[in-house]
Amino acid sequence: MKYWRKPLDQDKVKPVHGRIHLLPERCKGCGFCVKFCPRDVLEESERVNKKGYHLIDAVREDECVACGLCEAICPDFAISVTTEDEMESTSV
Amino acid sequence: MNGNHEEVNIEGLLRADRIPHIWCPGCGLGSVLRSFLSALIKSELPLDKVAVVSGIGCTGRTAGYVKLDSFHTTHGRAIPFATGLKLANPELKVIVFSGDGDLSSIGGNHLIHAARRNMDMTIICVNNFTYGMTGGQAAPTTPLNARTSTTPYGNYEIPFNIPYLIAAAGAVYVSRWTAMHVRRLEKSIIEAIHKKGFSFVEAIAPCPTQYGRKNRQATGLTQMNYYRDNSIINHGADPRDVGIELNGPINVGKFVDIDRATFSDLQADILDKAFPPESKPQTETTRT
Ligand SMILES: Cc1ncc(C[n+]2csc(CCOP(=O)(O)OP(=O)(O)O)c2C)c(N)n1
Ligand code: SF4
Ligand code: SF4
Ligand code: SF4
Repeated sequence: MKYWRKPLDQDKVKPVHGRIHLLPERCKGCGFCVKFCPRDVLEESERVNKKGYHLIDAVREDECVACGLCEAICPDFAISVTTEDEMESTSV
Repeated sequence: MNGNHEEVNIEGLLRADRIPHIWCPGCGLGSVLRSFLSALIKSELPLDKVAVVSGIGCTGRTAGYVKLDSFHTTHGRAIPFATGLKLANPELKVIVFSGDGDLSSIGGNHLIHAARRNMDMTIICVNNFTYGMTGGQAAPTTPLNARTSTTPYGNYEIPFNIPYLIAAAGAVYVSRWTAMHVRRLEKSIIEAIHKKGFSFVEAIAPCPTQYGRKNRQATGLTQMNYYRDNSIINHGADPRDVGIELNGPINVGKFVDIDRATFSDLQADILDKAFPPESKPQTETTRT
């Protein structure tokens, strides 16, 4: 007996992927985004900005589901996410 | 709002020329400010009818960062200024964004009396348990035993439990969240903004520089982790039970949501009886 099933709309719902954008001059390297990202997309890098803060990198960007939490929790308005759909619509 | 994420673009509500802001790395003020601006956009209020008032302190700097009608008042006097603004221009939505020290210490009397009168305004009180701007002195919110620059052996003053104080004074909406609960905080601010009367949202936030470092939470991130691990969502909790102990659990949620006549409702009622509309003198106070 099977206790799981295939969601009926599985082939219609396409997973959303996000693209991460960082404004390096604003980031203060607090690590909130790194810590609270549910997909472990972000990491602190060796790169520093003009003020000497360590910047973050989207090292596993392919895992990003564009939930927006990093953007919401960043105290410095430094990081944002767009979905691939938005990228397409803004590039036309 | 776009894709499957809920973020709205708040850039238009920030004075870009003043960003990066002066707040320290890991300070929670920026996260709370973002939740507020996002809530404001989602509340769909006409933004030219919104005024933001702050007192003095790190939190008080907010008035200078928002691209809205805003006023940076003197220390403790955000609420009296906001009261005047609201009574002179009743169609404004007046929001006070200020610190725990500013609102509950030097401004404590204004706070309880505005709640008692049920002044129609929303208060966002960022509580970092200390006077951040002036060097981390003990505030009326500092937990017992916490170390601050004025309590080097541990604080021996019993703190205010702010939600209890405000609820007892008469606020119609009282909630508490932390800077880590960005989504719930935002939702609560939207509710508070739409609530008629004196609505109050307490936002617990890290001040690593002046508070965390002295209390074994050296970074903003350690403070945020503490909130994540120790917050208990407790909607409808009796406000008298939500006091905070040093490094203890933090009850969060909506504690009060009631209806009560506002100052302006009662003023209109009583003055209309005293001066029935036909005999009403044309003065500022009786015009509705
Ligand atoms: C009349 C007056 N008294 C004292 C001060 C000094 N002062 C400036 S900010 C502040 C405390 C602010 O604390 P809080 O409201 O908790 O804000 P935070 O800096 O922690 O965000 C004090 C005592 C002042 N500016 N004016
Ligand atoms: S939350 Fe913001 S400021 Fe902090 S590390 Fe991430 S991008 Fe930088
Ligand atoms: S949008 Fe969500 S999944 Fe993508 S990096 Fe930010 S927090 Fe992680
Ligand atoms: S002193 Fe504290 S409240 Fe003030 S900016 Fe620094 S961390 Fe924030």
